[in-house]
Amino acid sequence: MKAIKTLALATAVSALAVAAQADTKIGMITTLSGGGAGLGVDVRDGFMMAIEKAGRSDVEVVIEDDQRKPETAVQLADQMIQSEKVDIMTGIIWSNLAMAVVPAATAQGVFYLSPNAGPSALAGKRCHENYFNVAWQNDNLHEAAGAYASDTGYKNSFILAPNYPAGKDALTGYKRMYKGDLAGEIYTKLGQTDYAAEIAQIRASGADSVFFFLPGGMGISFLKQYADSGVDLPVVGPAFSFDQGILQAVGEAALGVKNTSQWNKDLDNAANAEFVAGFQEKYGRLPSLYASQGYDTANLILSALEKADVSDKDAFRAALEAADFASVRGEFKFGPNHHPIQNIYVREVIKEGDVFTNKIIATGLEMRGDAYAAECKM
Amino acid sequence: MSIILILEQVLNGLQFGVMLFLMAAGLTLVFGVMGLINLAHGALYMVGAFAAAAVAGLTGSFLLALVASLAAAAAAGAIVEVAVIRRLYDRDHLDQVLATFALILIFSEGTRWIFGSFPLFLDVPDYLSGPVSLPGGIEYPLYRLTIIAIGLVVAAALFWLIARTRIGIQIRAGEADREMIAALGVDISRLYTLVFALGAALAGLAGALVGAIQSVQVGMGEPVLILAFVVIVIGGIGSIKGALVGAVLVGLTDTLGKVFLPQLFGLFMEPASATSVGASLASMLIYILMALVLLVRPSGLYGGSN
Repeated sequence: MKAIKTLALATAVSALAVAAQADTKIGMITTLSGGGAGLGVDVRDGFMMAIEKAGRSDVEVVIEDDQRKPETAVQLADQMIQSEKVDIMTGIIWSNLAMAVVPAATAQGVFYLSPNAGPSALAGKRCHENYFNVAWQNDNLHEAAGAYASDTGYKNSFILAPNYPAGKDALTGYKRMYKGDLAGEIYTKLGQTDYAAEIAQIRASGADSVFFFLPGGMGISFLKQYADSGVDLPVVGPAFSFDQGILQAVGEAALGVKNTSQWNKDLDNAANAEFVAGFQEKYGRLPSLYASQGYDTANLILSALEKADVSDKDAFRAALEAADFASVRGEFKFGPNHHPIQNIYVREVIKEGDVFTNKIIATGLEMRGDAYAAECKM
Repeated sequence: MSIILILEQVLNGLQFGVMLFLMAAGLTLVFGVMGLINLAHGALYMVGAFAAAAVAGLTGSFLLALVASLAAAAAAGAIVEVAVIRRLYDRDHLDQVLATFALILIFSEGTRWIFGSFPLFLDVPDYLSGPVSLPGGIEYPLYRLTIIAIGLVVAAALFWLIARTRIGIQIRAGEADREMIAALGVDISRLYTLVFALGAALAGLAGALVGAIQSVQVGMGEPVLILAFVVIVIGGIGSIKGALVGAVLVGLTDTLGKVFLPQLFGLFMEPASATSVGASLASMLIYILMALVLLVRPSGLYGGSN
């Protein structure tokens, strides 16, 4: 009898041990301090909101701050993979950090789901079966801006972006879909804050429209100075310079500007309504594009965990590929290179009461994949 | 490329230079008088911008915001000097760099703690917004002209302060021989606090003025700080005149370089690579200028012989 009891206890203990092993550990490396912190904070808050709502005590999230430095991100990633033994990683905002971390992580058998950065290299030749991008490929929003500019009848655009890989992806993306001529093309310094010289060139160029990709503070500076310069050519850009976290700092200068995004808070679907209301209630502010991407990333992971255990890599990968979750942007599926196929919308900056925000005015590109899928051999 | 565009770009360069001067003046004074490398000068610039944004948000007055930026940055400067910097004068430069670097982190995270991670709103007041027509048909933003004017007024006031007042005499004496001026009965620690607060106030003013046309966010001071160091190295450490000349030189070189270099390369290269190569070279231009100046005058344009 005693032997049976012991045996039962041993079975119970080993069952517990199995259950403990089945726990899923997610490592999030994102930017939580310094100048780019707003983006990382939004991704984290969106992500954690979905995890907490699911109420799964077997999913553990470890969050670390990369300070927007590639070397810090690499260090944190090594630590997470080797000592924390995470199964899934996510969180990185910037393409240069993603390029430093993702290939090494996926090569060590960890799944990486990007809630933001989508550099072209990881979509094309260096794609990996364990790498998924839940936001977009970097070119996508710019392509939609180019398509919108052509549809609107702009024939002579002046385009500018910072002189770094994502800036070059941006102008390439715009030119891929834009049919007119270019009045000028400028690469600015990364982190530049004064655009008087560029604005003078725009004024002298005879352009009929301006496209710019200047994320974060650079965009705020550009828009305020542009509005103050008296040049009143129409402006088109990707959502990054017109996002909820930034708009209040730009103010009136952004009103009426058309920008492109795969998400907006007025998208009419049940998941989005629940997300927008829940986010406002929980954090006391409107969600941004980045928050929506964090939220979708967490829900994708949760949907895959419902179907398969993360230790069974092939089954878990298949469950991720199915993308069987209610995305806040509506219809969503993965292309062959694990990058989204989705609608990209055109939004306009409006004022609701005292708050500057966006509303959708058109669909820029329908179910758009990306230009690099063909180069990906998985 | 018309004459008007060139003139407009020269004005842009001048405005950028004047803004750099406000930053560099404090830095060069602190370095010249106390021999201190203050990396946290950019943090004081940020303090000024955030104070201005907060006060403008509460009162709606841009003038009050400017006053607040001066007061907040001067107060922050004085507190930092008494609490931390004072212990560093006798240490070597590496200790100073380490300690003031720590101050950058403390200021950045402290500001983020108080104001949050998202950029703040600070705008040009209505009476200064929009362009004005200058003789010759140049349309130029009134606010940028105002920045040039304020910068020149501050420069004139500083020259007067250094050359004509008792404090100015003490500052110059402190630069020349610290022990001797202390022996003559001048309260050296009070003088140091004063100079530090003055430099901080100028940085805060620059932050507030520039914050109205740029983004008020954590970490906004560091890129400007690097340029301000270039300015004082070119101008000669400790010289206000050097800071002014250096700042205008850097402002003009940077602005005109990024406009004309890509076009210059466009004459013999295809457009896409010309813009790319031109832009890359333009961003190096001020450092090339610095190297050239140091080659000819190792202690800067107006630097002493030490």
